[in-house]
Amino acid sequence: MARILSYEKKNTFVHRLSGFTKLLFLILWCFAGAMTFETRILVVMLLIGAGVYYVADIKWKQVSSVFIAIMIFMTLNLVAIFFFAPYQGCEIYDSRTAICHLFGNYYLTKEQLFYEFNVCIKYFTVIPSVFVFLTTTDPSELASSLNGVGVPYSIAYSVEIALRYIPDVQDEYTRIKNAQQARGIEMSAKGSLLKRIKNTSLIIFPLIFSSMEKIEVVSNAMELRGFGKKPKRTWYSKRPLTSIDLYVISFITLFCIATMIITFADGNRFFNPFR
Amino acid sequence: MKFKLGIREIVAMGIGTALFVVLTTVQIPVFLIPNTFLQPRMAVLAFFSAAFGPIVGAVIGILGHALGDAIYYSSVWWSWVFPEAVVGLCLGLFAKQFEVREGGFAVTRNVILFNVIQIIGNAIAWCVMAPLLDILVYSEPANKVFAQGTVAFVLNIVVIGFLGTVLLVAYSKIAGRQSGLKAED
Amino acid sequence: MGKHEPIIEFADVTFKYKSQQQPTLKNINLKIFPGEKVLIAGQSGSGKSTLAHCLNALIPCSYAGDMSGVLRVCGGEPRQLGVFGMSKRVGTVLQDTDGQFIALTVGEDLAFALENECTPKEEMVQKVSEVAGKLELTEFLGSAPGALSGGQKQRVSLGGVMTCDVKILLFDEPLANLDPATGKRTIALIDELMQKEDLTVIIIEHRLEDVLYRKVDRIVLMDDGMIIADKTPDKLLSSDILKSHGIREPLYIAALKAAGAQISPEDGPSSIDTMDLSAHKDKVKEWYHQADKNKEQEKGDTLLSLSHLQFSYNDTRQIIKDVSFDIHSGEMVALVGKNGAGKSTIASLICGFLRPDEGVISWKGRDLSDLSIKERGEIIGYCMQSPNQMISRPMIYEEVALGLTVRGVPENEIKERVYEVLRICGLYPYRNWPVSALSFGQKKRVSIASILVMDPDLIILDEPTAGQDYAHYTEIMEFLKDLRNQLGVTILMITHDMHLMLEYTDRTLVLADGELLMDGRPWDVLTNDEVCDRAYLKRTSLYDLAVKCGIDDPGDFAATFIEHEKRERGAIEVK
Repeated sequence: MARILSYEKKNTFVHRLSGFTKLLFLILWCFAGAMTFETRILVVMLLIGAGVYYVADIKWKQVSSVFIAIMIFMTLNLVAIFFFAPYQGCEIYDSRTAICHLFGNYYLTKEQLFYEFNVCIKYFTVIPSVFVFLTTTDPSELASSLNGVGVPYSIAYSVEIALRYIPDVQDEYTRIKNAQQARGIEMSAKGSLLKRIKNTSLIIFPLIFSSMEKIEVVSNAMELRGFGKKPKRTWYSKRPLTSIDLYVISFITLFCIATMIITFADGNRFFNPFR
Repeated sequence: MKFKLGIREIVAMGIGTALFVVLTTVQIPVFLIPNTFLQPRMAVLAFFSAAFGPIVGAVIGILGHALGDAIYYSSVWWSWVFPEAVVGLCLGLFAKQFEVREGGFAVTRNVILFNVIQIIGNAIAWCVMAPLLDILVYSEPANKVFAQGTVAFVLNIVVIGFLGTVLLVAYSKIAGRQSGLKAED
Repeated sequence: MGKHEPIIEFADVTFKYKSQQQPTLKNINLKIFPGEKVLIAGQSGSGKSTLAHCLNALIPCSYAGDMSGVLRVCGGEPRQLGVFGMSKRVGTVLQDTDGQFIALTVGEDLAFALENECTPKEEMVQKVSEVAGKLELTEFLGSAPGALSGGQKQRVSLGGVMTCDVKILLFDEPLANLDPATGKRTIALIDELMQKEDLTVIIIEHRLEDVLYRKVDRIVLMDDGMIIADKTPDKLLSSDILKSHGIREPLYIAALKAAGAQISPEDGPSSIDTMDLSAHKDKVKEWYHQADKNKEQEKGDTLLSLSHLQFSYNDTRQIIKDVSFDIHSGEMVALVGKNGAGKSTIASLICGFLRPDEGVISWKGRDLSDLSIKERGEIIGYCMQSPNQMISRPMIYEEVALGLTVRGVPENEIKERVYEVLRICGLYPYRNWPVSALSFGQKKRVSIASILVMDPDLIILDEPTAGQDYAHYTEIMEFLKDLRNQLGVTILMITHDMHLMLEYTDRTLVLADGELLMDGRPWDVLTNDEVCDRAYLKRTSLYDLAVKCGIDDPGDFAATFIEHEKRERGAIEVK
């Protein structure tokens, strides 16, 4: 695994945006998507999302497996919601229009279907945005972008360290697992739960132990090169904001504000077609 | 209580997050209930929180969960990211008492304290915070999200209780200063 | 500050770590002048690393302790300037280049110190491209550390401190993690930089011969916290001080001394290329002709056999190309080649961590392919490079017993076998100790013991001596040799240490780009220019010595000398 994140270098409108812009977009977008239950806004967001996918030149091959996984998960979740609370929709929309009787006390209602449809498109507005962000943002820009949105630089830099060491730790984990397996310690599904936990500990322990040593070496190296000396720091890989960035930032800010106004104008965050 | 955020803590956040992310795919299946897994990465979170304090714990919780989900599942389940931070935060608050890096963890008092705290922390995270966030964001039915939360709560206290404790005790034995050792014939 | 003012001056410096009873540095007096290149040599625990930490102010700022005396570096006192203040004067290049590579890409890592200084972006970009140009890193600016070789990573570490315009470069064991050819290039690079820039260089290293590949002004020899000698290389090599303080002499010097030559500083012994051998030629020849010749050893039965092995991770790049070789019972074999040549992949294939695309691995004539990793583990033990990566139990007894415990061996049998192995490994007195109380070499023995307890016929060791000084290296290697001699265990070592190959192995397998380049005796490998070049090895200086003395068969000369050394070492042990 050379590059752990699925970032692909391309020259599209979305790729050219600064990491800061995209992170801000992601945060406000997720926030708006999480807050609203206004179906019309969610549909608009869905369309914008599809547009971004298109502009960013994301290929179906890249997303298909993720898409299928999310679909399976979502189906399970929607079914679970129905079994746990078949009339959640009726409560929310304060109305009950039965379509048919299923079994026992379970009736299929229009309100429930509409509510679950809303939950479904909420996922599809919020979750894929993470995917677009990951595939179009250079990981090197992540730390400076976090710092840009107000995260202290020391904490933002820990993201850089994490991304830097994920491949190393991954590699070390595989090697330790192999060596321990040769000694007879297996992480298979055999044996009792307690035994499996114990065997896992025998593989994780050397990994933690060597990570603790790595922490010593890396912190010495960082100190020797002046990390934490000043209250601020600059970023080599930070991309300067262009006018297009400013447009995008203005757009998402206005969009977020508008969403909040439209959603909460009537004191209820749900769009209710049943009234 | 004051917690210093030195370079060592920052590096611990980064490398702890890396460990947490790498272990995302390592899961121990539980037989009784299909499709439920113990997550060893929770034990790593508990370890780093207890060793480096609340800020490190909270940051690894958020970053690790968000990055891990993003990298392996290409989606982030935000309402379950933030509770993760609560677990790290709670355990981290007692880092001074635990003395993991100084080798003072391996005493009954600390093992009990650690487990009491982890149960409280997990309860707040999975029985209160995660369900509330799911209700707030998705208006999901309360009985469903509390049922989910309770399952997560049980799984996490089991994995932290066993795996977390074992790792901490073992590390503490290794990290401590050795004295009074005598070579035997 | 004039040319004749020292840039570094220790005056009566003594330092004691807080946790220790005795001072680690004792009354150090040392002057280093601008433009000098000084090598600080000494075995582990001699205080050389502590001395280096004083220069970059990690002592006393990060490691607490009592310091007395005066230390001035570039006209300032490190303890007052602090680690940050010193980072602008002294650039430290650590031994662990992976640990020093902090950022995601080369460019960012070069800029790391500038970022911390709040340097504006345009200035950073300019400075980074300037330094990258000097170090030939321009085309790698966007690369992640995982995509770089060890030598490139080291150049990044060097570049990372050079962006600060430091006056002093401090190298902490720069050769420890590099293959011999890359190490040679590093030494050459340091020399080139010194010619272009106004730099003072301090190298801490115990591999004298490799550092002396380019001119060094002075060697400071340390032992037990004191400076034993502070001389030019020519003077130091003419004396016997190095050997008596645990530092290994260059091989050609050792060979000359064995032949009874009286080396004088005037001969210029610091480099075999320029050394005047006219006075010693005949002595060397005479010694060679009357020395006991080494005997061809008998081969045991074939234990492991690899035939026509092919492997690739994904169909794109072939990692292992048609590799075949045999390992015989009781042999000690080295598997060498530069990083990425496929050494570890071969080990993984033998242990069953990876499966070959084509070809057969057989054990005593039986195909291994249907054995699981665990089953192979009972006949072939695998020992990772760092003992810390293998130790999973805090107590020594538990750790060594682990492989048996998980196999469900009865408790009393475990105890018996563990005790026996601990006795063999010299760890029996410490059986109830925590692993952490042991030295590195002892930990290494614990990790080998935990493999031995399963009674394998073959042990594969990954870089058994990486990063170890001569004393620890000897301790580990003599231990392995005893195992072979006493238990008849066959040993395969992955290494890039040429001394190890020469001194301890019967046979060398040379890999380059996934192909088996040579399967021969170590001295034949190390006197073969073409093989050395392709596999990133370095021709042994014994070859040059032999050629310069007019000996026809340099390979045999090297073999003869190595045999002689082995006997000498054996004689010392008997005493």
